[in-house]
Amino acid sequence: MEQVHPQRKWQDYFGFSTDHKVIGVQYLVTAFFFYLVGGAMAEVMRTELATPDPDLVQPEFYNQLMTMHGSIMLFLWIIPAGAAFANYLIPLMIGTDDMAFPRLNAIAFWIIPPGGIFFLCSFFVGAPQAGWTSYPPLSLVSGVWGEEIWILSVLLLGLSSMLGAFNFVTTILKMRMPDMDIHSMPLFCWSMLATSALVILGTPVLAAALILLSFDLIAGTAFFNPAGGGDPIVYQHMFWFYSHPAVYIMVLPFFGVISEVLPVHARKPIFGYRAIAYSGLAISFLGLIVWAHHMFSSGTPGWLRMFFMATTMIIAVPTGIKVFSWCATIWGGKISLNSSMLFALGFLSSFLIGGLSGVMVASVPFDLHVHDTYFVVAHFHYVLFGGSVFALFAGVYHWFPKMSGKMVNETLGRIHFILTFVGFNLTFLPMHPLGLQGMNRRIALYDPKFQAMNELVTIGSYILAVSTFPFLINIFWSLWKGKKAPRNPWRALTLEWQTSSPPIIENFEEEPVLWAGPYDYGIDTESVDGDEEVDDMLAEVAGSS
Amino acid sequence: MQSSAVNESQVVIDSQQESGHHGHPDHRMFGIILFLISDSMTFLGFFTAFLIYRAIMPVWPPEGTPELELLVPIINTVVLVASSFVMHKGQVALKKNDIKGLQLWFGITAVMGVAFLLGQSYEYFNAEFGLTTNLFASCFYALTGFHGLHVTVGVLLILSVLWRSRTEGHYSSSSHFGVEAAEIYWHFVDVIWLVLFILVYLLQMS
Ligand code: HEM
Ligand SMILES: [Cu+2]
Repeated sequence: MEQVHPQRKWQDYFGFSTDHKVIGVQYLVTAFFFYLVGGAMAEVMRTELATPDPDLVQPEFYNQLMTMHGSIMLFLWIIPAGAAFANYLIPLMIGTDDMAFPRLNAIAFWIIPPGGIFFLCSFFVGAPQAGWTSYPPLSLVSGVWGEEIWILSVLLLGLSSMLGAFNFVTTILKMRMPDMDIHSMPLFCWSMLATSALVILGTPVLAAALILLSFDLIAGTAFFNPAGGGDPIVYQHMFWFYSHPAVYIMVLPFFGVISEVLPVHARKPIFGYRAIAYSGLAISFLGLIVWAHHMFSSGTPGWLRMFFMATTMIIAVPTGIKVFSWCATIWGGKISLNSSMLFALGFLSSFLIGGLSGVMVASVPFDLHVHDTYFVVAHFHYVLFGGSVFALFAGVYHWFPKMSGKMVNETLGRIHFILTFVGFNLTFLPMHPLGLQGMNRRIALYDPKFQAMNELVTIGSYILAVSTFPFLINIFWSLWKGKKAPRNPWRALTLEWQTSSPPIIENFEEEPVLWAGPYDYGIDTESVDGDEEVDDMLAEVAGSS
Repeated sequence: MQSSAVNESQVVIDSQQESGHHGHPDHRMFGIILFLISDSMTFLGFFTAFLIYRAIMPVWPPEGTPELELLVPIINTVVLVASSFVMHKGQVALKKNDIKGLQLWFGITAVMGVAFLLGQSYEYFNAEFGLTTNLFASCFYALTGFHGLHVTVGVLLILSVLWRSRTEGHYSSSSHFGVEAAEIYWHFVDVIWLVLFILVYLLQMS
């Protein structure tokens, strides 16, 4: 008979809790809310862009939407969503009962909702218009208070992400269960180490830049204002010193998710465990020395451009190692095309395209041609949406049974995938040729010759909007009426599947057992028999197949 | 029944967090070190910006910047460096379970910290340039101001250690996280000051 263990009640998810699982879910739901907000803004922009003239919204309002959409998607959706998985999974995966600093963890989360609402309030005073990059002098002349709210919100959200990172690093390095050495921990933990290193080293530099920008804005200094003897290029360097690593902060956690999802649903060991683990660290390190590839057209001297072009292209090597390892992992596997796997495959294909266009814009002559055009918009949506968001959904479908104790509806999940995949490509693929032909980004009007293609893009974006409905219906329906999830529905080997679904308050009824590596699928583990408990688990994982 | 079990375990969880975590070793020092690494990157950002300005501006400091008065900052430097040693004596005293010693040396450190802040304010009030006079002036106030903020936080940390040390048994030779955290933070602020002093004061001398 099952022993009765304390479970969380639903009310617990709405209050201050120091349980990493509650916090993880809180992060995920909050981030998803902001995804819908940012997405709605994108739909207004796309509706505006269906015609060449700015007839639906005023150009200033377009700029505000563009700025808010970008900033919300990055600081309130993707980064917190990465922290959501990290919070939920790290302690479970390493077989411990919570984070190293549970209270700090709760504080890190509770900064986000007020920070996000404060950010949205900028609409009342004239939202910022200078793009998510807030380059001076533009950011100094387009409305003081909206810009200041942008600065304060980003500082707050940055603080939250740093507090999270302290927790992740300490937990991963110091709290693994006794038998788990660093080379037998799940790859998701490795990816969070790499991510957190970037957060810890990069975010403070952004904070420094924003503090100085704030002085320029409010106190009349001229750090970045050429009119007063300052230099805007210094801002660009400081900003990108954080914000290039930030793109890895936004994608590395989801690399980790993919490394977990693929082996389970392909029933094969991960290919190149150490290669994937260390290539993540290599990406972090290289990520810190490539920032000026965003400044090829900012008067950066030739020799410096050469340097940053070279380092940027070198990043393609560890990234390629990962992609090849993932392909090799599913190669010849016994793939089950469930919702999680479909999104993971969607990730692989879209991220590949985003990665390739990334290498293209890394090349100085090419970048000078497409800088500030829709080619760049296409590129970063392929990595952020096609990469991070697809992997994120793969993770949601993979861990939803664990988080909620309910199975999702696979049919709705597949409909969600197909709509997302079709809508995504229809929205962002045509932006490549649009950019190559010279359609500028960040502006509400364009040359009428681009109209046909823009109509296509707008239709694609509506399909994307529709795609969220099967997802939401699925989630609510499954929570309400879904089939009860067993503790290990995917017959997976990582430790989070060794406890009940959802896990009890301190995670494990008894010490979890490391009876196999995290990815030893299809490997003969019978040699460890003799232990009854291990036999039970073997039977469970061997399951129906 | 079920709900009371939940509440109870919640209470247990919460009280355990007060003192590290149940059974787990205390990782707070590790966390503090991560924080200091991060914080030093903020200063690195400021310092690098300052050095870039210095390197790219045709005239540095810009025309018309008055000479910096060095007497007060030199005294300040001596006070701050000395305070690090004084503070360390407090920690050594604690390791011998000498709470009175801890209080004495930390008390002196706090006084020295306040003296530093007073010196800094004196400088601000007597400087011949304001925040917006020119780029150098702005950097001067931003850098020393941000550092001064750190000193203030440090003094508050020391005072809170003093406050808690009045409770019998709060600190002992085996339980001293708060004391060590305050100390390592103070040393950090001290080292940052030395770099800042060289960059902002000494490099400006011609
Ligand atoms: C719902 C689907 C989405 C649509 C239809 C969409 C559409 C757009 C549009 C029209 C722009 C403005 C282009 C311009 O005027 O330059 C834009 C910018 C941007 N989007 Fe999206 N987007 C979507 C999802 C996302 C996601 C998921 C992310 C990140 C995770 C994201 C991140 C950004 C960023 C960073 C910018 C740049 C803002 C700036 O220029 O400052 N978008 N997007
Ligand atoms: Cu970059």
